[in-house]
Amino acid sequence: MMEKIRELIVAHAGLPQGAEAIADDTDLYRAGMKSFASVQLMLALEETFEIEFPEEMLNRATFRSAGAIARAVEALSPGSMAA
Amino acid sequence: MKPLGEVAGASLAERVQAAVETAAHHAEAVDREGRFPLEAIEALREARLLGFAVPPELGGEGAGLAEIAPICTALGAACASTAMVFAMHHICLANLLDCGMESAWHRELMNRAATDQLLFASSTTEAGVGGDLRQSICAVEADGERFNLAKAAPVISYGEETDAIFATARRDPEAPSSDQVLCVLLRDQYELERVSTWDALGMRGTCSHGFRFKAAAPTEQILPKPFADIAAESMIAASHILWSSVWCGVAADAMARAQAFVIAEARKSPGTPPASATKLAEAYARFRTIEAAIADGLTRWAAMRAAPERAATVSFSLAMNALKVSVSTTALQVVEDALMICGLQGYKNSGPYGLGRHLRDIHSARLMISNDRIMAGAGQMMLIQRPAAARRA
Repeated sequence: MMEKIRELIVAHAGLPQGAEAIADDTDLYRAGMKSFASVQLMLALEETFEIEFPEEMLNRATFRSAGAIARAVEALSPGSMAA
Repeated sequence: MKPLGEVAGASLAERVQAAVETAAHHAEAVDREGRFPLEAIEALREARLLGFAVPPELGGEGAGLAEIAPICTALGAACASTAMVFAMHHICLANLLDCGMESAWHRELMNRAATDQLLFASSTTEAGVGGDLRQSICAVEADGERFNLAKAAPVISYGEETDAIFATARRDPEAPSSDQVLCVLLRDQYELERVSTWDALGMRGTCSHGFRFKAAAPTEQILPKPFADIAAESMIAASHILWSSVWCGVAADAMARAQAFVIAEARKSPGTPPASATKLAEAYARFRTIEAAIADGLTRWAAMRAAPERAATVSFSLAMNALKVSVSTTALQVVEDALMICGLQGYKNSGPYGLGRHLRDIHSARLMISNDRIMAGAGQMMLIQRPAAARRA
């Protein structure tokens, strides 16, 4: 899943640097992700993982890093205890 | 224990009233001469209202936006420039409260804000970023425990009168344009060079001249939270709520003038209700939506501030954008309604029904962060904030 999330970040977050520069805890906003890019990333995540982010998760914290995104996707995926 | 809001024996209402009267008295001169409303700001200082939002343990009264917004409205009815200065000052304080409570330097600044009644201004726009709050070209250049900053600011409202400037900048010279911080710069830490003069249609007392400035200050004065989070969790919402409250005041005074006009008409011809009374009722219906929108904004603000990291959601941002766009549009309509009611008496610059200043001032509302820009951003957010029914099955 991490691999896929990293791919989507590279494709949508509009960061100046490549995938190798994005650690699990790299702050994507500090790395240069703007608000429109974060919208594109959210839509791509929903499409790819067939999930829907509920209203209370649509905040900056959810999409701050690859790791934070993975935790959110995990929590929303079918079969997850939190879903 | 003294009652909340009481200072030197005067109630909060009396303190506000004193400042409002001073603002009203000088409003015409401020507008005509395009000068800073110094008497009104001095009156706000005397009423100890510039430190109103500072927490009690730091010498203030701990007022929230719900207490500050009505003061913006009361001032806005008297002098929109004074009200906007008061609003912008409190937006800076909201940023300090948002993330400065853990920092010794910023706590001390808040203490001084209350004790010395300091006035704060902000410098967010920059030449070359096309009015985008969330991008900077200039960067903090750190050198040990100090930093330098040079910024070309097309607008700093009351830049020459403020005691400190809250300036956005990139975190460091290598940071992307959106990785910003908010630096607090004290008056003796910067040099301002005025490069353009604010000679505008309205809001003439805000003295929003253009400047180039150079600053040098200790790095501890940079607010600890990224500006992106400050914008999302305090600045944008506080701006939209307090600006809207100012515009509500302008609309309220236009309504009051229209109502006085209609009452005078009714007295002239007893027995026949004046035709303008119906128009007045229509204007009042519009006006009420402004007050309701602000009350809703304040409720959402309080809920968000209880847990900003989680609760500053897309829906919250959309609601704040909607507040700003709807109030700025409706307030203009209300002032235009009032003009139609008062007719040529409203068009005249003198006399009790004059609405020229209101009309010119309120025309700024749709432009202060252009409604078009706000709606373009909101349009993007609408892609992810869907009502339940519109979600994929």
